[in-house]
Amino acid sequence: MEKFRTLRSRAVPLAIENVDTDQIIPARFLKATDRNGFGDNVFRDWRYHKNGEPNTDFAFNNTNYSGNILVAGDNFGCGSSREHAAWALADYGFKVIVSSFFADIFKGNALNNGLLPVQVSERFLKTLLDEITANPEIQITVNLESQTISLENSNNTEGFEIDTYKKTCMINGYDDIDFLLSKKETIEAFESQKNY
Amino acid sequence: MKKTLFDKVWDTHVVDSIENGPQVLYIDKHLIHEVTSPQAFASLEERGIPVLRPNQIVATADHNTPTINQHLPIQDKLSKKQLEQLSINCTKNGITLYELGHKYNGIVHVMAPELGITLPGMTIVCGDSHTSTHGAFGTIAFGIGTSQVAQVFASQCLLLTKPKSLRVSVNGTLKNGVLPKDVILYIISKIGTNAGTGYFCEYAGDVFENMSMEGRMTVCNMSIEMGARGGMIAPDQTTFEYVKDREFTPKGDAFDQKIAYWKTLPTDEGAPFDKEHFFEAEDIEPMVTYGTNPGMGIKISESIPKNNSASFQKSLKYMGFEQGDSLINKPVNFVFIGSCTNSRIEDFRVVANFIKGKQKAHNVTAWLVPGSKQVESQIIKEGLKTVFEAAGFELRQPGCSACLAMNDDKIPQGEYCVSTSNRNFEGRQGQGARTILASPLVAAATAIAGKIVDITKEVEHLEFT
Repeated sequence: MEKFRTLRSRAVPLAIENVDTDQIIPARFLKATDRNGFGDNVFRDWRYHKNGEPNTDFAFNNTNYSGNILVAGDNFGCGSSREHAAWALADYGFKVIVSSFFADIFKGNALNNGLLPVQVSERFLKTLLDEITANPEIQITVNLESQTISLENSNNTEGFEIDTYKKTCMINGYDDIDFLLSKKETIEAFESQKNY
Repeated sequence: MKKTLFDKVWDTHVVDSIENGPQVLYIDKHLIHEVTSPQAFASLEERGIPVLRPNQIVATADHNTPTINQHLPIQDKLSKKQLEQLSINCTKNGITLYELGHKYNGIVHVMAPELGITLPGMTIVCGDSHTSTHGAFGTIAFGIGTSQVAQVFASQCLLLTKPKSLRVSVNGTLKNGVLPKDVILYIISKIGTNAGTGYFCEYAGDVFENMSMEGRMTVCNMSIEMGARGGMIAPDQTTFEYVKDREFTPKGDAFDQKIAYWKTLPTDEGAPFDKEHFFEAEDIEPMVTYGTNPGMGIKISESIPKNNSASFQKSLKYMGFEQGDSLINKPVNFVFIGSCTNSRIEDFRVVANFIKGKQKAHNVTAWLVPGSKQVESQIIKEGLKTVFEAAGFELRQPGCSACLAMNDDKIPQGEYCVSTSNRNFEGRQGQGARTILASPLVAAATAIAGKIVDITKEVEHLEFT
């Protein structure tokens, strides 16, 4: 997994609530047996009309916006457990997703792929969306070590929470398999003693 | 200390705890299917890590399988390749696979309970968010991502932070024609699609105590639609009778010992919950959804509420509805009865009971997709197939089908589908398709009328249990 410490980038705004993983990557694209190339179809049905023409109303197709940060509405990533959603966002180039609330399974999947979910207050989310819309050039800095997210050239900074263990994994590029394999003896001892 | 059902099952499965971090939780059963497992097998192979406990894994093919002509080669090349990859991976790693055509093949959350693979007090995971279904047995069961599938392959464990506890109690007697699906759609419409995020839910009260196991599975199935990783119901006599004598259930003394243990699992009187909700059975009516998430539901006789938020407006625009609209008399051309939510024999009995002697409306395509080969056989054995065919409904072969439209079973652009599945997200049943979630009874009534009808007026004399 790629290491993550800080990121300074422009951002893409997606002011829609309850974005579900079926929108992030529709089921018809889940037939692959490897994890590459899902970025081509991220938000496929919002990015493109059925005739294949780009939907110019969708933020990803607005050339004013770019960057490795996606700023999205409340309850991002709800629905299906498909990790393909995290792979698609990462493959498209995002490294950070900001929202005021994340669905559980998506959040875990993102962290397992070096894609940092940053949960901010509703007020801060609104500020971010407003500022990015008014000035698409604005830079945002996400610092994992200090657990802060800041809007450049303003006093708008907010702290965010992350599990200490997961933070260590992100900073060092470790994944859970390494840790679990190190516990093999404890797991086998548990198996030999379990009494349920 | 007084413990909840969830605490008891969780605590017995903790292998280790990281200070200020997650716990290592032991997984008893790991269910896999073709869509979310190939990348997990590949990542282990790349790293040279073996599958630790292949005998605790059971595989089925369901998401991507066709629901007609299952005896013929699969036409879609990518689907075929994904299913072949599952067979290769299972053979290579010594994992039991109920592939297409096998007598035990079916939707993962229908197959495992009916075979007695799912038992009370277990931890069960699967790379599918509707794994919450198995919570009906008093099991900690939840969906995981593919990285976690790989973790369980490698270690039979997961690193998890213990979720908070939520209890939803529904007491009283359900009105005639109000089915388990209506109960869960009602709950989600009241508390919202993220009320359960960060929580594990327990369903309690008379309504769940008096519900069949299949009904309980329908309820627990949709826990994820309110954001909860899982939902559980305390095991009781109904549970024990259901699991007894199934294919993989322990037999004889071993079974009696299990029952003695399972009886210790229900939540202790006075055990604390982080959050509680209470509802009255009498307030619940047959439900329908009108928007693009499962929380956007109303009683069938109600009108779409008013809400000015941009997301709400976007949702109604997609559905082609207006605020204040009633759904009664809305023409509907597609009806889908199936999915891990409602594809068990009781669901098909409800449908057959309602449509017997009637004809589907000319405008309607009505698909019935059983959850498994065993359900399909039972439908035939009970003579329901004859009823369905006489009414003009199409009984297809088992699979996930039009619930997520990964195979060819898609609802066309712009069409409404009254569906017994679990998600009404944009495009879920096909690009541009508009899903209205409902119970099997409401779906059956829609197919007969060719439009949504107020079922409450038709059901007074019908028996549903």
